Amino acid sequence: MKCQKCEKPATFHITEIESGKHRELHFCEECARLYLAPQAASEPEPATSLAGALAQQLALGQTAEELSKIDQLTCPVCGISFLEFRNQGRLGCPHDYVSFEKELEPLIMSIHNETRHVGKKPARYAEGTEPLTDLIRLRRDMKEAVTAEDYELASRLRDQIRQIEEKSRKASP
Amino acid sequence: MNLNEMTQRLGEWLRASGPESDIVMSSRIRLARNLAEFPFISRASDSDRAEIEKLLRSAILRTSSAGPLEHVNVTQLEAIDRQFLVERQLISKELAEGRGQRGVIINPAEQISLMVNEEDHLRIQCMHSGLDLHGAWQQINQLDDELSGMINYAYHPRWGYLTACPTNVGTGVRVSVMLHLPALAITRQIEKVFRSLQKISLAVRGLYGEGSQAMGDFYQISNQITLGSSEEDLVQKVSDVVPILISYERQAREFLVSEPQQNLHDQVSRAYGILRTAQTISSEETMHLLSRVRMGINLGLIRELQIPDLNELFLQTQPAHLQKLRGVELDTADRNIERARYLRSHLNGGGQRGEKN
Repeated sequence: MKCQKCEKPATFHITEIESGKHRELHFCEECARLYLAPQAASEPEPATSLAGALAQQLALGQTAEELSKIDQLTCPVCGISFLEFRNQGRLGCPHDYVSFEKELEPLIMSIHNETRHVGKKPARYAEGTEPLTDLIRLRRDMKEAVTAEDYELASRLRDQIRQIEEKSRKASP
Repeated sequence: MNLNEMTQRLGEWLRASGPESDIVMSSRIRLARNLAEFPFISRASDSDRAEIEKLLRSAILRTSSAGPLEHVNVTQLEAIDRQFLVERQLISKELAEGRGQRGVIINPAEQISLMVNEEDHLRIQCMHSGLDLHGAWQQINQLDDELSGMINYAYHPRWGYLTACPTNVGTGVRVSVMLHLPALAITRQIEKVFRSLQKISLAVRGLYGEGSQAMGDFYQISNQITLGSSEEDLVQKVSDVVPILISYERQAREFLVSEPQQNLHDQVSRAYGILRTAQTISSEETMHLLSRVRMGINLGLIRELQIPDLNELFLQTQPAHLQKLRGVELDTADRNIERARYLRSHLNGGGQRGEKN
């Protein structure tokens, strides 16, 4: 794909979300920097929007090569890639905050100017969270096994899912 | 829940019973929550969505802190009914226009609504009349605590409540107030106010949230950041700024009334006159004129109407409400005629209800 401003290949794909509508922009590195320059100038202020934060991340000096490496990262639980997240502006599952922690950190910093939650906690979380995110992966694998007509694998996965669900039910008050 | 019965009543928050409700229409708090064991909505399969809906609906209907709750299956609703719920601010446009299994659970006073399968698995919303953010926080916090004992929220010790969009991560809380600021708009001071609010990380939006126009001089002020401050601090931050905006608006109104060349009384009277006599009127013009009349009531220029009457007219003259009241589907031209008829019948006769054409 060519940059929409010049003839160079487009290596940056930016999704602006305005009024709930998505607008996709495709730029080469140079044009992307120019497009993002206004945000870069006001860097110390929080970006307050996801598009702004993604723009700042880029403006702060990640090269095209570095970014394209980041884009290929994939969450092992839900299968979303960082590029898909950048394009649609929505994460795929709770585990993404763990899978992409290093990449999300500067982004969250530029949105909120903070990277640590201060505030209420749910009644219970720590002991339950990991086996629960496993459920996301197991359900996905089971669906794939059914599609591939590997019913033996599908039934093994179903048993695992049931086991986790039962444990989680027992843990509930 | 019977939506046709709902047309005959008003939500608690429209009754103008709360503090400062001449200027502060409503105080609203929403929490974004997700279940730990499912992908976020953008990656959820149809069966995931159905499972999430079932699980959340059953947990929500078992809660007791919010009193009796009723479930509405949004998936099965006609477009006009979905629009009706949007106009009542019980669901978002996103939920109305979404796909797959989704629903909303509402209390009869329409103070509490829990949207299932919107951008996040669960969006809890609590709305009070006037400036009452602390009251709304108390109510929503209790319900959230009760739910967190029944379901597994996606939560991370460092990032807090995990949300589909990183702009909501942390507390997942959006604290907002809906303000009626016609005098600041007339005196063109509103832009200056917005700029100063943005500097302290508060967002300003129109009546129906993100991307919507400020119709009828209603503006929604809310927190931008959700991470790194406690829920109570975010509630306090918005609560602290509202009295300042109220005093600006009051000063601007006093200025407008005291300056004969501003012709404010004339503007209010003309607006009232058009609303009482028009034969066809658009939704936009109605909002604009009702806004002037609402201010006129607050300034004592119109004495035969009360603020709750105006709040009701704002709501009932919107497209889906008009059609539900009339019981038939109407195109834009017919809606404009019906709207004018409705306004004439409710405004002629000193605020008394009844048909007077």
